[in-house]
Amino acid sequence: MTEDIYQQAVKDLATRASGAGRLDAPDAGAVLDNPLCGDRVALEIGLAGGKVARLAHGTTGCLLCRAAASAMAERAVGMEGAAAAALAGEMAAMLKQGAEPPFPAAAAFLAVQGHKSRHNCVLLPFKALAKALIPPPG
Amino acid sequence: MNRSDFPVLARAGQHYLDNAAMAQCPVQVVRAVMAHEGDGRANIRRGLYALARRADEAYDHARERVAVFLGAEAGEVVFTGGCTQALNLAARALSRRLGPGDEVVTSRLEHHSSCLPWMALAAEKGFALRWLEVTAEGRLDLSNLDAVITPRCKVVAVTHASNVTGAVSDIPRLAEAAHGVGALLLVDGAQMVPHGAVHPRALGADLYAFAGHKVYGPTGIGVLWGQREVLAELEPVSWGGGMVDAVEEKACDWAEPPFRFEAGTPPVAQAVGLATALDWVGSHDWEALATRQATVTRLLLEGLREVPGLRLIGPAGLEDRVPVVSFVIPGFHPHDLAHLLAERGVAVRGGHHCARPLMAALGLAEGSLRVSLAPYNDRTDIEALLSALDHALKVLG
Repeated sequence: MTEDIYQQAVKDLATRASGAGRLDAPDAGAVLDNPLCGDRVALEIGLAGGKVARLAHGTTGCLLCRAAASAMAERAVGMEGAAAAALAGEMAAMLKQGAEPPFPAAAAFLAVQGHKSRHNCVLLPFKALAKALIPPPG
Repeated sequence: MNRSDFPVLARAGQHYLDNAAMAQCPVQVVRAVMAHEGDGRANIRRGLYALARRADEAYDHARERVAVFLGAEAGEVVFTGGCTQALNLAARALSRRLGPGDEVVTSRLEHHSSCLPWMALAAEKGFALRWLEVTAEGRLDLSNLDAVITPRCKVVAVTHASNVTGAVSDIPRLAEAAHGVGALLLVDGAQMVPHGAVHPRALGADLYAFAGHKVYGPTGIGVLWGQREVLAELEPVSWGGGMVDAVEEKACDWAEPPFRFEAGTPPVAQAVGLATALDWVGSHDWEALATRQATVTRLLLEGLREVPGLRLIGPAGLEDRVPVVSFVIPGFHPHDLAHLLAERGVAVRGGHHCARPLMAALGLAEGSLRVSLAPYNDRTDIEALLSALDHALKVLG
């Protein structure tokens, strides 16, 4: 049922809005949009030794995106670029291929598997994290 | 209006309320397109054989029928691939004569297809782009028209009816302001034409565009109507077969309008389908349909007013509007609402509606939910929408 994608765990994540806000003097960041629905994740990261030490995000968008941003923020501290890229890939595999949730809170989004048009709402924050941590070529 | 003309509407539990995006085709249109492709298909203006002559006649006759709908001459009807292409064609052709010191006026109410060409061309050509603002009611703000449309203005490009708020623009007044400074008026009629015949010349427009797929016709076809003398002054913006009378190495003689603007093989079957759609529109008593549609729109507006916290985006009443109704409910994202409505068989649109300047002007960073009616919608569709909306709010709450 579509209502399952809005189960209480998802709503709780969105309400918690972990990481919402701004950082003073971020070391890295990324802004990603989902043009289909207008979701936007603006991510700021403070680094220590190349890993996430502090994180804040400004996320506007649907409930799924806001919940995913909250889950991402709760997971991201201590990550470096390769791990963030792998996490984004694992979230995509969970949604698109039925792979196991890469971390416990990600299980809240299992019901989104059957709703292809909403996959990017969940993936956007994880893609933003990977983009912020992995500098572009050159 | 015979709902059985639309087989897709017979699907149980389905309520199509996204007509501003695309209207459904009556079977008459579908049959006309199939008949042409099955028994009348040949390229036009090229062959001498019987099938080619029949295709020529079908295409020419389609143009004449569109002209009748517009109260126009056939030579004033340019077939394009859609309204977006028509508006881009007009903007590109008009902007050839524009440069630094010139001004073009558009509005915050526009669909991207109407304003983005001018934004891009202003950057390219160096003319200034000025904006008519919108009122809190989602209408064009004409209170300072004379200040915005100045003697430097060469083109005014506005929508006839908003694809978000449903507000109908005062085209005659805009025409008067534009012509008063020697400017041309280009009108995006995509959301107006589905609701009855439009006579752009009588309204004062110089150029008028609309899309086939929004007026119960096929996709891939649109119309740019232009006053004969206006089209005659415009140069082509795409080049190829069928739009040139003579070709020399250093110069070409372009064909007369409308052919000058129809390079390449046109969407012949789609033109036949569009003409059939407009015949179908013209065959109805639109006064009676408008009355019926107003009743359904009133039901919608009254039902939405009962939803706690709901904010209507656009006129609250029935005057000077088309049946396009947008709204937001704080705390509930349009995309979430649209998804849950869809699962209950209610097809609406959630998002920015290709109208970002309007969203910014109205403070709608998250977009809105849009319900857009056609004459085949009725009370059962509204009841289904309101019930599904109530359910969606409970799920998300």
